[in-house]
Amino acid sequence: MIAVKNLSRYFDKFKAVDGLSFDIKAGDIVGFLGPNGAGKSTTMKMLTGFLPASEGTIHINDADISKHSKSVQKIIGYLPEGAPAYGDMTVYQFLLFIAQIRELKGKRKHERIAEVVAQLELQAVLDRPIDNLSKGFKRRVGLAQAIIHDPKILILDEPTDGLDPNQKHQVRKLIQGLSEDKIVIISTHILEEVAAVCNRVMIIADGALKFDDTPLALQQKSRFYQSVSLTMSYAADISGLAELDGVDDMEVDRKTGRVTLFPEPGAHILPQVAEHIQLRRLPVEDLHVDQGRLDDVFREITASKESV
Amino acid sequence: MRNIWIITKREFSSFFATPVAYVFIAIFLMLSSIFTFFIGNLFERGQADLLPFFNFHPWLYLFLVPAIAMRTWAEERKSGSIELLMTLPVSVGEAVMGKFFAAWGVLALALALTFPLWLTVSYLGAPDNGIIIAAYVGSWLMAGAFLAISMCMSAMTKNQVVAFILAIVVCFLFVVSGSGIVLDAFQHWADNAVIDTVASFSFLTHFESMAKGVLALNDVGYFLITMGVWLYASLVIIEQKKAD
Repeated sequence: MIAVKNLSRYFDKFKAVDGLSFDIKAGDIVGFLGPNGAGKSTTMKMLTGFLPASEGTIHINDADISKHSKSVQKIIGYLPEGAPAYGDMTVYQFLLFIAQIRELKGKRKHERIAEVVAQLELQAVLDRPIDNLSKGFKRRVGLAQAIIHDPKILILDEPTDGLDPNQKHQVRKLIQGLSEDKIVIISTHILEEVAAVCNRVMIIADGALKFDDTPLALQQKSRFYQSVSLTMSYAADISGLAELDGVDDMEVDRKTGRVTLFPEPGAHILPQVAEHIQLRRLPVEDLHVDQGRLDDVFREITASKESV
Repeated sequence: MRNIWIITKREFSSFFATPVAYVFIAIFLMLSSIFTFFIGNLFERGQADLLPFFNFHPWLYLFLVPAIAMRTWAEERKSGSIELLMTLPVSVGEAVMGKFFAAWGVLALALALTFPLWLTVSYLGAPDNGIIIAAYVGSWLMAGAFLAISMCMSAMTKNQVVAFILAIVVCFLFVVSGSGIVLDAFQHWADNAVIDTVASFSFLTHFESMAKGVLALNDVGYFLITMGVWLYASLVIIEQKKAD
């Protein structure tokens, strides 16, 4: 359980985080979204006790992080931005060091190392110095050290940056496979990732919380959510489409001839549209229901301040 | 305590995972022998002691200790691994001590590897072994003071070269603070108490009797306090600057 109240952080005069308040409960997999420099990493650094807050409080399991940072850090696993590690150590030495600091002992220590090595498929590079590894392996070593003590709270700053699609998939599976009583906070630029693994989205821009709800709610904010687009093999009379029940607006792309029908909020227009097509025998070649365009919503939310 | 030991082990092996420790030890052994035989005239003196060897230690440490200490914090901050270290359940104090003991251990090893010199004088004559052991201990304590200063300088910057140069300058001031180089700056305006205090900071003065095998409480105390003060200063600096 994480409780953040009025959290602010200044760097000299620059306000990186501005009065954030939120609660995160066990079972939440939170996606932190925001443009570069929005304050995501700064917030994560404060949640992990690396940076002190300028104002406000962070309570983790009812313990104030500014007073009990050591005991709080024991239950947090953290992958800092860029997955820093001690490059001169081999992967095994590094994981052993982290396991020792994390107070894993004896048999359990070796079991856990073997488990995370298997989970992140690090067997092949176990005896190679971390400096000599590819970006993808470095990131996975960083992930391995973050989960080695099976933490209650897992904070990952851009965990899939630099990974190829297969590795991204693997990391998402890993996050989804964590038990349900854990808190996971992921920051990312990749919007699909949030829809794929998170059950809660927070959008931060200019240091302030702009959106906090489920990924579905984020999609629903899109004008394209449940919109129907269709292409026809030759020109036909489409005027009737715009008059259908529940259709709010119709747009036609002059170049491609693609027709997009926007529903009224909350309406599902596919049945009506399909019926209309049948009735008029429209030469529809391709029909597609949009799930909402996250990048549009993202731009709208994060840029709203500038346009005002 | 446990965390200090784990960090010490990590740092110590990291010195040997890179060429740092090997180069340091090799250069230390070479230079200390050159000084002892060619400048200190160990043979020509005709005395079975290691005074010519120990007398050069402040000057050797002046350049070599900053070299071994410059990466301790500067590199950690540059690579970002400090963020990892400081979010592990480790206090800053434990990290400072762990790193210090590791580098001090390397210095101890380098000193220990000068044992052939001891064998040489033992072969040539009958040196007072108690004096030699005391001088080794004194030299190691002084090395610790150099190290604490250099590590503090390393905590102040992300740039290893800057850390190295700053450390040499500050160490140099401490080495020569008993001589005119530093005291002249105080001569005209400060009263005698101030000048005496500054002069008493001198590493050379405190090491002088140690090199002869006299471990006086005030000299030992001086180096221990110097270490404590500079290590505490690095702790404060790291707390302040870790995220910059």
